[in-house]
Amino acid sequence: MADTARVVDKNKVWAKRCTWKFAEFHENLHGRGVLRQFTGKEADPGLSAFSSSSPSPFSIPKCKKSISKKIVSVMAPQQSERRPATTGSVKTALTMTEKIFARASEKPQLIPGENVWVNVDILMTHDVCGPGSIGIFKKEFGQDAKVWDREKVVIIPDHYIFTKDERANRNVDILRDFCNEQNIKYFYDIKDLGNFKANPDYKGVCHVALAQEGHCRPGEVLLGTDSHTCTAGAFGQFATGIGNTDAGFVLGTGKLLLKVPPTLRFVMDGEMPDYLQAKDLILQIIGEISVAGATYKSMEFVGSTVESLTMEERMTLCNMVVEAGGKNGVVPADSTTFKYLEDKTTLPYEPVYSDAKARFLSEYRFDISKLEPLVAKPHSPDNRALARECRDVKIDRVYIGSCTGGKTEDFMAVAKVFLASGKKVKVPTFLVPATQKVWMDVYTLPVPGSGGKTCAQIFEEAGCDTPASPSCGACLGGPKDTHARMNEPMVCVSTTNRNFPGRMGHKEGQIYLASPYTAAASALTGFVTDPREFLQ
Amino acid sequence: MAASTTTISLSRNPSFSTTNPKPSLSFLSPPCLKLPSILPSFKPLTSHSPPDQLLSIPRATAAATPTTTPTTSFHGHCYVVGDNIDTDQIIPAEYLTLVPSKPDEYEKLGSYALIGLPATYKTRFIEANQTRTKYSIVIGGENFGCGSSREHAPVALGAAGVAAVVAESYARIFFRNSVATGEIYPLESEIRICEECKTGDLITIELAESKLINHTSGKEYKLKPIGDAGPVIEAGGIFAYARKTGMIPSQSP
Repeated sequence: MADTARVVDKNKVWAKRCTWKFAEFHENLHGRGVLRQFTGKEADPGLSAFSSSSPSPFSIPKCKKSISKKIVSVMAPQQSERRPATTGSVKTALTMTEKIFARASEKPQLIPGENVWVNVDILMTHDVCGPGSIGIFKKEFGQDAKVWDREKVVIIPDHYIFTKDERANRNVDILRDFCNEQNIKYFYDIKDLGNFKANPDYKGVCHVALAQEGHCRPGEVLLGTDSHTCTAGAFGQFATGIGNTDAGFVLGTGKLLLKVPPTLRFVMDGEMPDYLQAKDLILQIIGEISVAGATYKSMEFVGSTVESLTMEERMTLCNMVVEAGGKNGVVPADSTTFKYLEDKTTLPYEPVYSDAKARFLSEYRFDISKLEPLVAKPHSPDNRALARECRDVKIDRVYIGSCTGGKTEDFMAVAKVFLASGKKVKVPTFLVPATQKVWMDVYTLPVPGSGGKTCAQIFEEAGCDTPASPSCGACLGGPKDTHARMNEPMVCVSTTNRNFPGRMGHKEGQIYLASPYTAAASALTGFVTDPREFLQ
Repeated sequence: MAASTTTISLSRNPSFSTTNPKPSLSFLSPPCLKLPSILPSFKPLTSHSPPDQLLSIPRATAAATPTTTPTTSFHGHCYVVGDNIDTDQIIPAEYLTLVPSKPDEYEKLGSYALIGLPATYKTRFIEANQTRTKYSIVIGGENFGCGSSREHAPVALGAAGVAAVVAESYARIFFRNSVATGEIYPLESEIRICEECKTGDLITIELAESKLINHTSGKEYKLKPIGDAGPVIEAGGIFAYARKTGMIPSQSP
């Protein structure tokens, strides 16, 4: 019955999906004085299309197959009684993401679904998509064209660096030539591939470098030619991945036409147990809403648990929103954010926050104190399971690295598990620090409770592989000679973000995505292992 | 099932490209995601004159059999895949060193399209030693193109000779990249046709009528209209479309 009703509803809408019909529809709404989205007070049936509880004709396609029935809690946005405006101008309540769009498009108000021209604060590109974006920029704007702002383009070689692949090396050369020609201010170059430390400018994984170098600032718009650009949402900014053609357009104009996404709100409360990490939280969410559950949507993370997270942990959370199909993820900026930024940027920034009455497409609530360590089983990031449920899965290797799980705190977490166990790893354990700074931290920072030992010392005692040169490494396979690439069909527990077939190299390889704690515990046993076996 | 009256009324439905009264530049998402919006600021982006059919040879139709009708249609054999076909399966990361804007590397990218599919796919998308596919239509399930933002994915499919992908739904960046590059038409089916069509079936897609015909099984399916993204792809991508509609100045020689 309900299904039939939905189909009828859908057809009705398809019949009037032309833009002019929408305009008419809106005029109608205007005439009836109901076009006041986001006040949170509408009860008018004419606006049911905007509420999450109705079978919305504008519904985003969902992945029905893999949505779990075990939803912790889903809540429709609260709707109180609608009151007529008492003042002349109606101020619409906006979500954080909508506010960033409003500012960047210089519009006082806007609604989800609206296409707006957005002024871009930072455009980031790397060695994989940079050459193509540059090619399009030159083709479309002319060989002598200049980028719109040489201080707003950030170019970070990071994907295929330590390889003998000639084309990969050539791509970094293309970036260098372009940066010289355009006098790009922020180009983190590498020339000496034999010793990364001989390249003081070289950083490594772009999303971590962007944060460490102060390019992530609250309230801004950051676009990048990499799907994990959403990582920067941790700073309370809009950040998303775009393709080469769009990037070519931004290089020339500094603007891009973007659709304002509706926002899903994830409220995470409760004290986070000391065996959990942000990776567990985002695996929980993706498992809940599926790999397409947030397609075209913004994901806003709030609640006492989120407030307690460090910047690096918030980055992990936002990093994987794209694995749920999300357009962007945001965490409201707070004292943790401001503290992190203190010594990183001198540019002024203005954080924005969701209005109390902002409209969210839906709200999910989680009690984090009850969550257990999780993994995503092959071959999908939403293939969620408890780590302890997979204790019989024998593994061949462990990989610690990437924009998701290769930050300083990720290595600290791994070291903490090794330290607590005092044992040696049973499978090859590869360590790829995300950036040069992370690599330095691994070799210099003392691990708490270790009597002054560094991560590197603990890793060596545990029998791990020597920390490799910082780059994206084997997270995405890459050229055949990439360090730790899975060239055989093996089973790997990895702190990275994707476990699609072939992602880390071999098509028949199996990847279990996990937190650094879980990955470390698994390295110690040779099986997928719940870190509580060592941390309690 | 499809009554003849329906067919008639559909075929009378005039072509998108000539009658859409206001093709606004809202190509950023599948049509089904279009939330109502007021677009006063989009006046300069709209074109009231029908697009010149002679001007634009759709990039994506290059591989499809040309038709005599003025409306776009694709005819060819289909290659059928499942749900969540991610960009690593469409074009594995080891081939991303190829730069799509370089013509010779563009061709090479095409030769690796869908090479990342697991061995459970018995039929190769591209035969050994071939650079192009014999399947000009790809049929998939949900969330096609999820994963990376690599534009290499729609480009590889387009370069391999794919004219259109028909899936139940798309990941956001893949859809946008398809439209922005004009490489392929990312079409959406109303039902799960990836379970009804088989690799090798002979397919016709009538874009104007939003219809897919499987000649092998004799079945017909409704597609969701491509909507405002259609003219952009037909023009050959966002830059071409923006010039055609006067949004950005025509390229100086």
